[in-house]
Amino acid sequence: MAFLEVKNLHVEVEGKKILNGLTLAVEKGQVAAIMGPNGSGKSTLAYVLAGKDNYNVTAGDILLDGASILTMAPDERAAKGVFLAFQYPVEVPGVATMTFLRTALNAQRKTRGEPELSTPDFIKLVRDTAGHLGVSQEMLRRAVNVGFSGGEKKRNEILQMAILQPRLAVLDETDSGLDIDALKVVADGVNRLRSPDRSMIVITHYQRLLEFIVPDVVHVLAKGRVVKSGGKELALELEAKGYAQYADEAA
Amino acid sequence: MNVEVRPTKTPAEQALSASYAAARDRLPGQGAVAALREDAFRRFDARGLPHRRVEEWKYTDLRALMRDSYPLATPPDAAAKLRAKNAGTVLGGLDCRRLVFVDGTFAPELSDLVPEPGLAIGSMADALAKGDPLVATHVGKTIATEDIGVALNTALMGDGAVIRISAGAEPKRPIHLVFAAGSDTPSSAFIRSLIVVEKGAKVTIIESHDSGESQVNTALELVAADETQIDYCKITQGRALHVSSLLASVGARAKFNSFAFTSDAQLVRNQNFIRFAGEGTKAAIRGASLLRGSEHVDTTLLIEHAAAHCESREQFKTVLDGQSHGVFQGKIVVQPHAQKTDAKMMTRALLLSDEAEADNKPELEIFADDVVCGHGATAGALDPGLKFYLMSRGIHAKEAEALLIQAFIGETIEEIAHAGIRDALMIAALKWLGARG
Repeated sequence: MAFLEVKNLHVEVEGKKILNGLTLAVEKGQVAAIMGPNGSGKSTLAYVLAGKDNYNVTAGDILLDGASILTMAPDERAAKGVFLAFQYPVEVPGVATMTFLRTALNAQRKTRGEPELSTPDFIKLVRDTAGHLGVSQEMLRRAVNVGFSGGEKKRNEILQMAILQPRLAVLDETDSGLDIDALKVVADGVNRLRSPDRSMIVITHYQRLLEFIVPDVVHVLAKGRVVKSGGKELALELEAKGYAQYADEAA
Repeated sequence: MNVEVRPTKTPAEQALSASYAAARDRLPGQGAVAALREDAFRRFDARGLPHRRVEEWKYTDLRALMRDSYPLATPPDAAAKLRAKNAGTVLGGLDCRRLVFVDGTFAPELSDLVPEPGLAIGSMADALAKGDPLVATHVGKTIATEDIGVALNTALMGDGAVIRISAGAEPKRPIHLVFAAGSDTPSSAFIRSLIVVEKGAKVTIIESHDSGESQVNTALELVAADETQIDYCKITQGRALHVSSLLASVGARAKFNSFAFTSDAQLVRNQNFIRFAGEGTKAAIRGASLLRGSEHVDTTLLIEHAAAHCESREQFKTVLDGQSHGVFQGKIVVQPHAQKTDAKMMTRALLLSDEAEADNKPELEIFADDVVCGHGATAGALDPGLKFYLMSRGIHAKEAEALLIQAFIGETIEEIAHAGIRDALMIAALKWLGARG
């Protein structure tokens, strides 16, 4: 049994059908790329996995480690190991990044019945992780994402992922808005988190990101369902031929 | 008496008139003070309590809200003083000079009157009775206003603080005026204070009100000379009907910072009349209010830039839960000669409940042509996108909300210069959040 199983998922947002019988399995330790044209439902899949409100599941199920997470609130899913790296990380004025990280980590640990991390252990963990990602102490003191550049926001997402150590990481267009240098830093951070115990879903429109985060499998999404799956070479094929061929297949 | 006859008087208006008639001859002060009272009372008698058709009181209809007027508070007895002894604990262990007033009457035996050079402290009742020259010079003269809340205070003023800080003096500790409830029967207190800060003096003043089931009308006249630095903080809590007026005149090249913190207060009208009378002054007028249940808090500002080259920042935040009602009225007047005025006003309301109501009314009246003035007002619920972001990291819904509310209110509290006051108010805000459950 795969670690994540999405079964025949139908999702409506504000009365509009976005996912249309999506079925997907991600094995433990697997990095799965999800590619597809704009409007194919990539971001909807990301949000529905994380449990966002107003994403109405009308049919199907999502199983994590064999158990349905559909009725769980976003924080419960996070405690179960689901992490979404946002395409557009939100600015949280007034909440220092350090406070945010600590509150999140301890909330998850508490939900799982684990003890809170001591202050020195926490500070050491953040400092070590932040260093790799080029996240400065000054950024950690500032309010979450407030005044951060696009690249800084994405690095902050990967920092959170590294601190929270999820079992399923969903990266929603992590490459958007990044220049090549920033992309390398972020990809390097993600690659460092690859582990036999961690599954990843890398959502992207372009093949470029997959040169740096090399996937085990590639799924093509069109009109709310997976229309083709293959190895990493599928990404190159898409880059060469474009998405037009799948518009018909899904129709 | 030459009084305009109004068709009906409410029970509260009748009771206030009766209180004045009965107390007139024993209220402190003769001659000019008695004339000041009489003049103020006539203004009230002619117009009655302010109501919704009086623009400045549009959202706080005092005539409708005030069902009755309680008898004037009597000087506290031993039991009342005992009850009041530990008031003002919101500031925790902050090292202040505590001056305690019980039901509006100065309680020297509960106060810290250790002498300090450059600092003179007295009671308003004494000063009025003795015809103190400082009081004669300033009381009723700091700001010209027709406001009926102020008029009632002037007519019935009993006791309060009279503080003078001599030129260049810097009292070591903040001065904390503690207004406590002592009586176990409902009463009304008319508190009048005067603080005169002479040239170049620096002082931190805290005023805290924690009143029971009473009616409080308090007014503070603050006269700040040139080059003074004043940090003023007013903390209002309690079940009273509380009408407060700050009447401040600020001289040239001064630094004036005020902060109003209001939480768990039933019915509050905080009105601030502030006049920048000298050039080159910088002021920050801020506040944070936390409302729930059926609470009503009205912050009304009338800021007058009467001199050139002054900068003022007005920033108020309100959190509203339950069926509470928050009001912000902010008017900035820039006089013709007050060129190069730089004034920015911002008010934000965070509505946690569909039944809460926030009214924001910012106004600018600019008569000078070379100024930078602006205002903004927002009212809205917690951002669901922010809440989802926090929850997606494992933070529970309630905790995510608390963190966002704390961040919202913290933005203003963090601006308080005095670390002890800042921390105490942040703790008070967290306590309010904690009680939200």
